[in-house]
Amino acid sequence: MTQAAPGALLEIDNLTVSFDTEAGLLRAVDRISLEIAPGETLGLVGESGCGKSVTAASVLRLIPIPPGQIIHGTIRLAGKGDLLSLPAEELSSVRGQEVAMIFQDPMTSLNPVFTVEKQLGEVLRLRFGMDKRAARARSNEMLRTVGIPDPEARLGAYPHELSGGMKQRVMIAMALLSEPKLLIADEPTTALDVTIQAQILQLIRELQQRTGAAVLFITHDMGVVAEMCDRVAVMYAGRIVERGDVFEIFERSRHPYTTGLLQSIPRPGIAHKAQLPTIEGTVPSPLELPVGCRFAPRCWKRQTLDEASQRRCWEEDPALEPKPGGGVAACHFPVTDAERGGA
Amino acid sequence: MSPDAGAPLLQVENLKKYYPLSGGVFGKKIGEVRAVDGVSFTVGKGETLGLVGESGCGKSTLGRTVMRLEEPTEGRILFEGADLAHASSAELFRLRRELQMIFQDPYSSLNPRMTVGEIVREPLVVHRMGTRAEQVEEVRALLETVGLGSETLERYPHEFSGGQRQRIGIARALALDPKLVIADEPVSALDVSVQSQVLNLMVQLQRERGLTYVFISHDLAVVEHVSDTVAIMYLGRIVEQGPVARIFNRPGMPYTRALLDAIPLPDPRRRKGVVPVGGETPSAIAPPPGCPFHPRCPFAIEDCRKAAPPLEPFEHADHVVACIRKEEIKDELARPLAAAEAGGVASERR
Repeated sequence: MTQAAPGALLEIDNLTVSFDTEAGLLRAVDRISLEIAPGETLGLVGESGCGKSVTAASVLRLIPIPPGQIIHGTIRLAGKGDLLSLPAEELSSVRGQEVAMIFQDPMTSLNPVFTVEKQLGEVLRLRFGMDKRAARARSNEMLRTVGIPDPEARLGAYPHELSGGMKQRVMIAMALLSEPKLLIADEPTTALDVTIQAQILQLIRELQQRTGAAVLFITHDMGVVAEMCDRVAVMYAGRIVERGDVFEIFERSRHPYTTGLLQSIPRPGIAHKAQLPTIEGTVPSPLELPVGCRFAPRCWKRQTLDEASQRRCWEEDPALEPKPGGGVAACHFPVTDAERGGA
Repeated sequence: MSPDAGAPLLQVENLKKYYPLSGGVFGKKIGEVRAVDGVSFTVGKGETLGLVGESGCGKSTLGRTVMRLEEPTEGRILFEGADLAHASSAELFRLRRELQMIFQDPYSSLNPRMTVGEIVREPLVVHRMGTRAEQVEEVRALLETVGLGSETLERYPHEFSGGQRQRIGIARALALDPKLVIADEPVSALDVSVQSQVLNLMVQLQRERGLTYVFISHDLAVVEHVSDTVAIMYLGRIVEQGPVARIFNRPGMPYTRALLDAIPLPDPRRRKGVVPVGGETPSAIAPPPGCPFHPRCPFAIEDCRKAAPPLEPFEHADHVVACIRKEEIKDELARPLAAAEAGGVASERR
């Protein structure tokens, strides 16, 4: 499986997270392994409920326990060891310093009872030991960088006095001020307008160029993935089903789910009002996962196979492994070039 | 398709929807929000008008006002010649059969205490269409049309996924066999793999039933796929409108160009990497004077502050643009603005 990459900044190995719900024990993330090198952007892609946000939240132990439970696995951060077994006080120094996180909802990280200045200043004091005056100047400058008009006036504002887009920028300013080694961005632009999204993506790129930060980018938007990521891991029903560099994923994907997802998006070149290729059915409930391949019930490729081969899809859970002909996918019968062109 | 396809079905003329702003202890009116500020457009029979804009631009209010879910402040809404804006409640009740709406979040628009069968049948009951047995038969047929089996009849909305709930919403909207459907962000809340299913269904229904759509969305790729004509809204006004191919290939308004440049494409070889315009949409409470886009516009000049530019034809009679500099800057707008800025992040990251 995963090689213990010597240069990895973050290495998640065999992570399994479950939630105790009224309906039963739900395995949100099932034996996930991934690593991120310094300076790299890894896209973690998938539809709602696939486990991508749970994976991201596990890194900083933001999963509420109970009902959540980390069944097994390790999350190693270079120089810190396994974050899952780190003492609480050491973990809180990792949070907001080595690792920063931004969310779709800015109020997840902003405190409603403190002014913008207080919250930004706190990050600078903890991370760099800055005094109040230096912190104010630096905060002011960062607010300007993230495109907040009249930053001087905004420093005294409380979060509720700011527009949604403005709060998003303050949260991002806070994450950037700490100059993290790893930025975890969980759907940071999903709620934003496209012109604002373009600005936020640009800020993240600039941070990377300036500080060499790595980014774990969680999104369902394949456009954002293509725009931002070096490598991509595609999740489906709690598993990584395919991974590769961004060109492999977009041009030579091997997993029928990845291929189907990419083809179902309206994009330039598709005939106007033509029927789009679709993936049948819906994402399975994590409480009723299929036994063999989790994608089998919806898989277009399976339907082209003979009965004996299909039985394998229904019965045998495919491992995520390198495939002859290229790519790393969890599929017994990976998509061929010819099928991708014609599907 | 009917022989009169393309003839105007809906004509909106100078429609305005203002909301009063009150303040102080006595709640006196201290101003107004011009959510929709003098909008005119026409939708032909069997066609789709894509209504595009960012949050707060007034596109949803416009849709709701056309449906008379909001009282218009001013203007006319001509549906097959009858003015909805000034219709009596009896006339409205009759006209409502012809106009239906599909919402973004099908869950919040479906009554959780009613079964799917009751939800889809309700419009037939309200409008006294047929006997009970006929209604039930019609509901079955409608559910089949949207790809749901009759085993769904006795189930409740919460038992369904988002995509299935949207199908239920569509079945209900179709119950009275409407001519016009206003769809407000119908696929925005759906997973990517389910979006295309619902889009396909809407396109197929249009073809089979000659439906006319007003398709409200912030997703330009989706709008390009389903629309015949496109209207771009900014701060309560339509700032550009025309045939879909013109809007996407030859935009005449800098804001439209900025929108097109801002959408990331699902192709890592075509990274944008450059920010087209800065800033945010200004508040509709205190809109900037003159052209509403001038504070963010890279082409703005002093004259842009003076008066809101009217929509005027741009190269073709059916393509209108609200920009005083449209002729001067048209060559620059013909290609991505981002490409004009040499280097940039895009090329470095290749």
